Amino acid sequence: MSKIQQVNRRDFVKLIGLASGGILLGCNVSSSQKEFVPQEKGTFTPNLFIQIQKDGTITLLASRSEMGQGIRTSLASAIADEMEADWKYISLKQATGDAKYGNQNTDGSRSVRTMLLPMRKMGATAKLMLISAAAKKWNLAETDCEAKNHHIINKITGDQIFFGDLVDEAAKVEVPAQERLELKKVEDFKYIGKTLKSIDLKDFTHGTAGYGIDVRIPDMKFAAIARCPVTFGTVKSFDQKAALETIGVTDVFKLERMVPPTGKFFGALGGVAVIANNTWAAFQGKMNLDIEWNYGENKSFNSAEFQEKLRKRVHQKGKLVSGSTGNVSAAFKESNNTIEATYAVPFLVHAPMEVPNATAWFKGNEIEVWAPVQDPQTARAELAHFFEIPSENITVNVTFLGGGFGRKSKSDFVVEAVALSKKIKGPVQVVWTREDDIQHSFYHATSVQYLKGSLDVNGQVTGWLQRVGLPSIVSSFKPMSDYASGFELNQGFTNNPYNLTNFRLENVKAESHLRIGWMRSVVHIHSAFGNNSFVDELAFAAKKDPLKFHLDLIGEDRVLEGTSDHPFDSKRLKNVLKTVAKKSNWGNDLPKGHGFGLAVHYSFYSYVATVVEVSSIKDKIKIENIWTAIDCGLVLNKDNVKNQLEGATIFGMSLALFGKITTKEGAVEQYNYNDYPMTRMKDTPNIEITIIDNMDTTPTGVGEPGVPVIAPAICNAIFNATGNRVRSLPLVDSGLV
Amino acid sequence: MNILLSINEKSYAIEAASETPLLWAIRDIVGLTGTKFGCGVSQCGACSVLIDGNLIKSCGIPVSFAVGKEIFTIEGTSETLEFLREAWNEGNVPQCGYCQSGQLIAATSLLDKIHHPSDEDIDTAMSNNICRCGTYSRIKKAIHKAAALKNKSL
Repeated sequence: MSKIQQVNRRDFVKLIGLASGGILLGCNVSSSQKEFVPQEKGTFTPNLFIQIQKDGTITLLASRSEMGQGIRTSLASAIADEMEADWKYISLKQATGDAKYGNQNTDGSRSVRTMLLPMRKMGATAKLMLISAAAKKWNLAETDCEAKNHHIINKITGDQIFFGDLVDEAAKVEVPAQERLELKKVEDFKYIGKTLKSIDLKDFTHGTAGYGIDVRIPDMKFAAIARCPVTFGTVKSFDQKAALETIGVTDVFKLERMVPPTGKFFGALGGVAVIANNTWAAFQGKMNLDIEWNYGENKSFNSAEFQEKLRKRVHQKGKLVSGSTGNVSAAFKESNNTIEATYAVPFLVHAPMEVPNATAWFKGNEIEVWAPVQDPQTARAELAHFFEIPSENITVNVTFLGGGFGRKSKSDFVVEAVALSKKIKGPVQVVWTREDDIQHSFYHATSVQYLKGSLDVNGQVTGWLQRVGLPSIVSSFKPMSDYASGFELNQGFTNNPYNLTNFRLENVKAESHLRIGWMRSVVHIHSAFGNNSFVDELAFAAKKDPLKFHLDLIGEDRVLEGTSDHPFDSKRLKNVLKTVAKKSNWGNDLPKGHGFGLAVHYSFYSYVATVVEVSSIKDKIKIENIWTAIDCGLVLNKDNVKNQLEGATIFGMSLALFGKITTKEGAVEQYNYNDYPMTRMKDTPNIEITIIDNMDTTPTGVGEPGVPVIAPAICNAIFNATGNRVRSLPLVDSGLV
Repeated sequence: MNILLSINEKSYAIEAASETPLLWAIRDIVGLTGTKFGCGVSQCGACSVLIDGNLIKSCGIPVSFAVGKEIFTIEGTSETLEFLREAWNEGNVPQCGYCQSGQLIAATSLLDKIHHPSDEDIDTAMSNNICRCGTYSRIKKAIHKAAALKNKSL
């Protein structure tokens, strides 16, 4: 049923544009094969090709988007390892958006989690076919042959044949049944679990990696769009004269808002489009527009007032969330040591270095797009919907992404490009300015949460009440979604890692007045901040060491079998905490003015703990050291995981120290990196990452789990150093940085 | 107007409004896309180039400023840049790679001026460049490495 099968040459040529011979394989990653891709739906035709050519070169298809997480290298290395291929012969071809490649939605830290096994099986299949071919040639049993370093070895005589010299024979071999595949043992891995440098390094250091913004089509135009400062506002009237007179501007017109159907897609905001001969002329033309807007109902949205509103709501009873257990009221009554605290996180924005952009060519009955998208299939489906062109006539070419962080999983900028191309009847690239990016994004939701806990005489937690209010991502798909959804609360709120007898979670109303989206780590940013800050407060109230207190609260060793293939194991969570405590010399005396803080969080099925050391000089905080330990199961590419965790540390610092989007009269008040600052080289502490060796388990998330722990660990360290408890992010608002 | 630019020791005759920022002249008119747009307001350093050896954010200066001068971009090559590339490679520095053109150009400028940069020198020189992926630790290490490689070759 789930057999890996050969694909005919015509399909291959059509798909990848190569006509030479060789072995060509595709595997099926449809949902009917649970061992392949557990949670994806739909049925697909075979995909994911390996082609081996006579010169020994191997071309692999990269189905996931590369946005810095190293996925192109990682997944390819798994195929190469099982094939016994030599890495130097490997090259990659990026897949276009097509359901036949399985789920390509590059988010949720799931690529390795879901794709490692099918990739390994692909490699093992190719290897077995090469072995069969060689065995036939030597008239030997397959068991007398083995694959090694791009050759098949005759174990009896020691003769060897190069992979490339076997392709004609191997192409005639029947594809082996899955049951015949033997996957390598951990101790035999050559690439898996080791370090392979990025396959794209040379392009990255020579300026030759092609990002969306670098796409150039002969005779293409460049476009900028003026969008209403207030979300979903529309154009009332505009004067285009000055814009049209701008040197290089060729056209100015109104672009209608494209409203997605309920439940799917993202649409596009609309506005006034300026078409020009180069990007700068388009930007200038846009600045020269004189537009009168209908601001609409979001005009009254003031984020500071909204946060106050949420603050009031979390101090009143909310909707009970299932998963609550025991009786917190009784626990609070019995305790004479109860603690309360309220925590707030502002709206945030991804601000990837490469702004949203897309190049499109609407050709009447077909569309071709080149864009930095995390989810090319949704982009394609969305284009099919809005432009009423069958999917098979739509090609979405996936470029490199200059950062994604969730912003580029929405294809609004792709829809814009196609609408513009349709109007001007030629190829066009729409480029967002940085100001556009910061002012018209799909924002990471703000949140306010109230926590109340009780302690018994021994300092054990007896009750835990948590009320949370955050605008839901669902609101971007469905109007009137005024409460955080179950899948959002399940990111660290419903499923906190603590062993609590009396636990009550309540959800309060939080309307959306901005487009809400997911940003790296999503709701875990809120849950990790609230949970870890509050546990630190409880530890202080209980007069206990936060490390010991956390370990006690996580409680006895237990494995919770959930619905996924990755059950929560409390022992692994405690282990990362103990590991990072050891690495940081937790408990040792620190210099005067220094403080330690820790945080531990389970997200994307990975276990992460962080210790932060800060110093306080004249009421300002400096982050000196950050130690993080991660248990992400089997590690596919060690240095890449390390790089991801280092990056997550900086990303977490940016949101903890500086990140804040605010609105006044519905309009975002920040513009660019000057007022939405980022962590820079001078702010960077010493960062030490420890990866737990757990190669015998399944791989879990890497891209996101390192982020949520950073903000609470910093705030806990500040408390330890200064006695100042920060409950509202970012730190810059408290005057600490 | 007609403008003659010299980029990486090659001449380009282009037609551009004189106030066009150098960044967009290089990217959209000359067609060298290695120099990146990040912010447009000299905040992120993605557009860094060298003009007559001086580090300049190309989004913030008009193309006319560069006339008669030598422009050096990531598509170019120099002894310092090659040592940096080697060190970047060894340290597996980039993640998404987008800001790395600007990082490498800024680092080239630093090592051309200071042969043995301290951590503080690097912090000062490199804090005008944003990396949203957060590869700063690796960049710092790679600059030290490149400096060592370069000094060894002298």
